[in-house]
Amino acid sequence: MAAQARVLKQRVKSVTSTQKITKAQELIATSRIAKAQAAVEASTPYAEQITEVLSALASASTLEHPLLVERPEPKRAAILLVTSDRGLCGGYNAGAIKAAEELSSLLRSQGKEPVMYIIGRKGLGYYTFRQRAIAASWTGFSERPTYADADTAAAALLPAFLAGSGNQAQDPDGNTTDGVDEIHLVSTHFVSMLSQVPQARRVAPMEIEYVEQDTTVSGPMPSYEFEPGPKELLDLLLPKYVTTRIYAALLDAAASESAARRAACKAATDNANDIIRTLSRQMNQARQAQITQELTEIIGGVDALAAANSEED
Amino acid sequence: MAQMQVDLVSVERQIWSGEAEMVVARTTDGDIGVMPGHAPLLAELKEGFAARIIEPGGNVLGVAVHGGFLSVTKEKVSILAEAADLSDEIDVAKAKAAYDTARAAGAETAEALAELRRARAQLLATGQDV
Repeated sequence: MAAQARVLKQRVKSVTSTQKITKAQELIATSRIAKAQAAVEASTPYAEQITEVLSALASASTLEHPLLVERPEPKRAAILLVTSDRGLCGGYNAGAIKAAEELSSLLRSQGKEPVMYIIGRKGLGYYTFRQRAIAASWTGFSERPTYADADTAAAALLPAFLAGSGNQAQDPDGNTTDGVDEIHLVSTHFVSMLSQVPQARRVAPMEIEYVEQDTTVSGPMPSYEFEPGPKELLDLLLPKYVTTRIYAALLDAAASESAARRAACKAATDNANDIIRTLSRQMNQARQAQITQELTEIIGGVDALAAANSEED
Repeated sequence: MAQMQVDLVSVERQIWSGEAEMVVARTTDGDIGVMPGHAPLLAELKEGFAARIIEPGGNVLGVAVHGGFLSVTKEKVSILAEAADLSDEIDVAKAKAAYDTARAAGAETAEALAELRRARAQLLATGQDV
């Protein structure tokens, strides 16, 4: 009986220390969500401006840039998968990896060979554990991505895309990689604090949207002067635009990661509370049972002694 | 004097926004001054130089722009940059030291060249002679 109470006490202690970790992670994640959302908001002016500038350019230039034109027979497609560096975030990574796997089987069924580019230690772990080929990976910034991080990824992806399949491309470190015909991006979109959805999009070649312009209000597009020419500017701006898209996805994913971690750790903390409550009850019961038994034994012993003494008399 | 809306945005945040009388910047084709009523323009800014925003009071705001574009529309002027530093955020001594070491190292690799341009843009933005 004493043994049972002791075991229960140990378990309560162990659950309490786990709860301390999840509680701390929950609080950290909660404060990070606000920061991540502020970063998303801070990056929107640039994204809006560059979209505006590109639409002005598009109306003045021919849309024949390789980033805008579909390849006739795409053979290899790059998938950039955004995952987290740390765990304790529920189904966040599982969801993103599943979306990437679905996309890669879809691409395979279309006769394209998927090529994996991975951001985040968890996604990298998933692929290296299964000994599957990875073209490149970047880790260590999933919670606080900077534009430089997006730029490094884009610097590896864009040359490979511009080279096209069957050709070799030089990446910034001087290694050669095989070219690709498409770039897809799989990341988690922050819908709300409670819901984050993994999604797959194609970033290159870009899908061009033709937006109906309300000509009565804004009039025709102003005729721009370009320095240097519109074609050169398009060459310069499109890669930057792709990088901005990757950066936006990283920020969105960072917000989602923190939200997912907060939810997962909150659930874990609540569960730990329940377990502690049940275990404490069991522990008290066991202790009380032990006391009751000891009392019964003592009373029984006294009675027996008294009976033996009265017989001697 | 007439005024126009100027936005200075970098990828990570909006750095400055307000009214200005004139914007002076160096594009790949040469220096350009933009005043209110300028024709719509889209230009690439030359790496390693600074832009100046002249505020209505005559106050000149120097900006070191890295990897930037200048867009002028009827409504406003925007400077889009990968990164940008306002002159009062720049540590002159530090930029000077960075410039000197970059000069000494020579501009052979792309990284050294970028470092040199960055430091030069920062010095120019603070009104130093280079």
